[in-house]
Amino acid sequence: MSAVTLTDIVKRFGDFTAVHRMSLEIPEGSFLTLLGPSGCGKTTTLRMVAGLLDPTEGEIQIKGKHVTNVPIHKRNLGIVFQNYALFPHKTVADNVAFGLRYRDVSAEEAKRRVNEALELVQLPNVGDRYPKQLSGGQQQRIALARAIVIEPDVLLLDEPLSALDANLREDMRVELKRIQHRIGVTTIFVTHDQSEALAMSDQIVVMSDGRVEQVGPPEEVYNTPSSEFVANFLGASNILPATAGQASGDTLPIEVGGFGSIAIPRDRAPALNGSGKARLVVRAEKLLLTRPGDAPAGSISVDGTVETVDYQGQAVRYFVRVGDTQLQAINMIDGRPFNEGDSVAVSLRPRDCAALPEGT
Amino acid sequence: MSVEAREARQPWILLSPALGAVTLLLFVPLAFILVYSFWLRTATGADQVGFYLENWREALSDAFYRDILINTLKIAAITTIVCALMGYPAAYFIARSKGNKAILLLLLMLPFWISYIIRTMSWINILGVSGAFNSALMTLGVISEPIQMLYNETTVILGLVHFLLPFMVLNVFVSLEGIDTNLEDAANSLGATKWQSFLQVTLPLSLPGLAAGGLLCFVLGAGTYITPIVLGGPTDAMFANLVFEAIITQLNWPLGSALSLMLLAVLGTLVLIYNRYLGMAQLMKGLG
Ligand SMILES: Nc1ncnc2c1ncn2[C@@H]1O[C@H](COP(=O)(O)OP(=O)(O)OP(=O)(O)O)[C@@H](O)[C@H]1O
Ligand SMILES: [Mg+2]
Repeated sequence: MSAVTLTDIVKRFGDFTAVHRMSLEIPEGSFLTLLGPSGCGKTTTLRMVAGLLDPTEGEIQIKGKHVTNVPIHKRNLGIVFQNYALFPHKTVADNVAFGLRYRDVSAEEAKRRVNEALELVQLPNVGDRYPKQLSGGQQQRIALARAIVIEPDVLLLDEPLSALDANLREDMRVELKRIQHRIGVTTIFVTHDQSEALAMSDQIVVMSDGRVEQVGPPEEVYNTPSSEFVANFLGASNILPATAGQASGDTLPIEVGGFGSIAIPRDRAPALNGSGKARLVVRAEKLLLTRPGDAPAGSISVDGTVETVDYQGQAVRYFVRVGDTQLQAINMIDGRPFNEGDSVAVSLRPRDCAALPEGT
Repeated sequence: MSVEAREARQPWILLSPALGAVTLLLFVPLAFILVYSFWLRTATGADQVGFYLENWREALSDAFYRDILINTLKIAAITTIVCALMGYPAAYFIARSKGNKAILLLLLMLPFWISYIIRTMSWINILGVSGAFNSALMTLGVISEPIQMLYNETTVILGLVHFLLPFMVLNVFVSLEGIDTNLEDAANSLGATKWQSFLQVTLPLSLPGLAAGGLLCFVLGAGTYITPIVLGGPTDAMFANLVFEAIITQLNWPLGSALSLMLLAVLGTLVLIYNRYLGMAQLMKGLG
């Protein structure tokens, strides 16, 4: 049974439609991420599940129960807000215990559960402090403890890491995933950060302008984007005009100017039906630059010229000119990076390519 | 002069006109009043200069003054409580309404554009013997003779509430505005009903505003003398009326000075207690 089901959810604010007919099933215990650029309707969707907003149309079910008319305080959800929303006038322990007041829990039981939750977020000794006396990262953990101590049916997280600095964000990412795994709570996570989404999710829902662009596990969304929007939003991609041929066996020949015919695996072009105009998608990190003639066997290679070098520490991002197109390649540094103006061989492996229908 | 020294002097330079005005218009007259309070009024009319404790003895021991002081504090307290009960919901409504807050606040400020005396007198046209209320009741046939509704303690409190309510609403509004609405959402999501989350989260966080509004209402209410003159009966005098009576009617400046310093001491103590526990910053927020 799915923990949360959205059926044909529409949300309008006056004339403006923030969410267009969205349907989604979230399996019990899974970690689902709503990913998309600012203003695409992620928070709106989350707030509808939470009961903080009413959908204009459609149905929401939680654990098989229709909740459209269930007020928020009866939904048994744990919410972590972007700004933490800890009660400033209550101690950390009272903050965490807050949800237990409204549940049938004895004082000792509440105390035990609060301590357990504080230990789970690795802050066992701050119960007597006030939220103001904690750092941002610590407040974040307390907000999480407060949300999970009530053993919610669903945990809702709205960009919980975005207020933290980069290092802390990565630590908390691991931490959050560990805790979610430990208690096995169904989680809906909102972010506009693709690396967070890829690292943490079981399923990613890529959204754009209030519509679902693609739903799938991280590898699938990353490797087999179903639209140009998804290909561009998740990392850097090269998207080239192409022509699809007739599929034979497990491969599909794609004709790309400059590269010739590339036989890509058929399952990397699920949205493509039949031959005709298409787009070839190659991730920047799958495009390998070598000295002319050093291209690895089994890959397709063309000649190019390095135009821009963007040094990033372990990796370099190159912009290379191949014929009249500019391609982007992100390569790990092995020896000395290329310089601007160097002649290189640009190679790709057919199995690293995906194809899309034109105009998506 | 070093940079630090210049910077240390700058606030004082900027403050000096205000400090000058406050010294000249507040502290100097207060000092005069303090000195006066030790003089003695004589039958000939000329005050006797010196250090006499007679006025203070009279002001502090006469039961008449004590009763009126207690009554004044009682009226101010009732007014404050009524203002809190009426003002809090109004402030909550304005703070939580979407879009038209500016207009609602403007409506709240509108009465300040009319003189306080005229606003107080307007009750005579409403509740007076030939006022709107009596006329309406007579036209409807509910009563045959007009009822005297004015000139009692209740109308004094009514007038004070009318005057002071905006101060309460503004103060509470400011503190409600400062509360993150996510806090109530968070409380709701944890299982609290709207009412419970109000009691647990919003109300405690808005108490500083309520206290600031309460202090203003109490101090302004306890110091009033126009409202009891216009809307009170002969027995509804408040403490400031005694001061007025002593100074203007009896020309007894020394006694009036002692009485006014007495009221100042009582209200000043209250402000000090407030400042000790809540701080003046909250009050300034509500006024600005
Ligand atoms: N109460 C509202 N009234 C009118 N429009 C709204 C309201 N709430 C949201 N919107 C609009 O709906 C769209 C989606 O908003 P939402 O907050 O869901 O975006 P988001 O994906 O969470 O973006 P972000 O990453 O910036 O938080 C936006 O264009 C926003 O302006
Ligand atoms: Mg958002």
